[in-house]
Amino acid sequence: MKAMAVSNLSLFLSFALVLVSVAISWKERLGLTKDIFYSVARAVIQLIIVGYVLKFIMHVNNALLTFLMTLFIIFNAAWNANKRDPNPNRQFWQSIVALIVGTYVTLGVLLLTKTVKLKPMQIIPITGMIAGNEMVAMGLCYKALATGFHDQRQQVLEKLALGADVKQASMSILRRSIKTAMQPTIDSAKTVGLVSLPGMMSGLIFAGVDPVYAIKYQIMVTFMLLSATGLGAVIAGYLAYRNYFNRQSQLREN
Amino acid sequence: MALIELKQVAYQTDKQTILQEVSFALEAGDYVTLTGPSGSGKSTTLKLIAGLISPTNGQILYKGRNLVDLDLVPYRRQVSYCFQQPTLFDETVKDNLAFPFAIRKQPFDEERAKAALERVDLSADYLDKKITALSGGEKQRVALIRNLLFRPEVLLLDEVTTGLDETSKAIVHQLIAQVQQEGSTILQVTHDQEELAASHKLLQMEKGGILK
Repeated sequence: MKAMAVSNLSLFLSFALVLVSVAISWKERLGLTKDIFYSVARAVIQLIIVGYVLKFIMHVNNALLTFLMTLFIIFNAAWNANKRDPNPNRQFWQSIVALIVGTYVTLGVLLLTKTVKLKPMQIIPITGMIAGNEMVAMGLCYKALATGFHDQRQQVLEKLALGADVKQASMSILRRSIKTAMQPTIDSAKTVGLVSLPGMMSGLIFAGVDPVYAIKYQIMVTFMLLSATGLGAVIAGYLAYRNYFNRQSQLREN
Repeated sequence: MALIELKQVAYQTDKQTILQEVSFALEAGDYVTLTGPSGSGKSTTLKLIAGLISPTNGQILYKGRNLVDLDLVPYRRQVSYCFQQPTLFDETVKDNLAFPFAIRKQPFDEERAKAALERVDLSADYLDKKITALSGGEKQRVALIRNLLFRPEVLLLDEVTTGLDETSKAIVHQLIAQVQQEGSTILQVTHDQEELAASHKLLQMEKGGILK
């Protein structure tokens, strides 16, 4: 384990890498300098806090505390997924429901099959991975819905005029949006190990674990992300398309 | 009791007033034309009656019941709005004619669809045609029969013959006349002289109101 410890000095020196992107921003007049420093500051502060919080939770090893930590992760993921929805009539509770179901169903299957153990050091990172990927998938689904309802407004109106209910009028847009949300996970499953060594596997290899053993975990992660992004996108999509209509089954002006 | 009645109907958006104090009634079997310059609120009136938008003031009654109290999904199957430039869905003519059956959870009746196509002078072979292979006039005819596969009580026609060639226009005129004879009430927006002459009543609109 000592071999992978990063000294404070090394970490400080690696800050030079941030200056590379600052230099690019300055040279190309991208106007991103402030944003880069802000995001780096946030990342450092967030990670320091999370580091100490996780150390505490793992030390205490209490099921309730672990559960609260997973809720905290889910809440943040839902908050960010909801922010990515361009619809002004978006509903935060919908993102929460999608994330809770998607995360806990996936986590439940992993626990029942004894793939992971009910230990904070396993549950918390896995929850983070599940919720993070679901958040991205849900954001994609929300954006695809917005594009669909914008570009196919006339078609939705015609379906309503023919007597379709809001679900029937939205079905083609909804299907395409869920597909758009799930596609990146499916695509990355096809290239996993060939293009990139994903985080879980890399982490284990870094820690000195036999790569043949590490791939087992990565296979589990692939299964888990397919389930989580699928569930998250389906639930978020089926809840969110209704936000484009009012109570009288009329397409809202956006 | 009138089939449809508009009482002091107004419609405003954030930026402008489109309709103000529009009142008129449609009796069962009526064939009425709304006419007037562009921007006078004709299409908005049809969309309000179709339940696609709601009035900002006033009431629209269907058989004496306010539209705001009705489930608009079954209502729209009875009061059917046809767009000026309709969009056909999915890939084929069949996909479009199957849609009215699908939303009613009924199996697709191919014979009925073929008979409907023949009503607008399109052969049964058209059922499997790609929508991208249709001319403008053919698209409008397919769109119209899509609205008519289950005959509505009221048909709202929004300049459906604008831009059509003479052949398509004549076919559509014949279809409208048949539908009216079969008992549907028709409210149309048109500038076409032949359609104006065919209707029984004329309502002139200007600046968001009906001229007396």
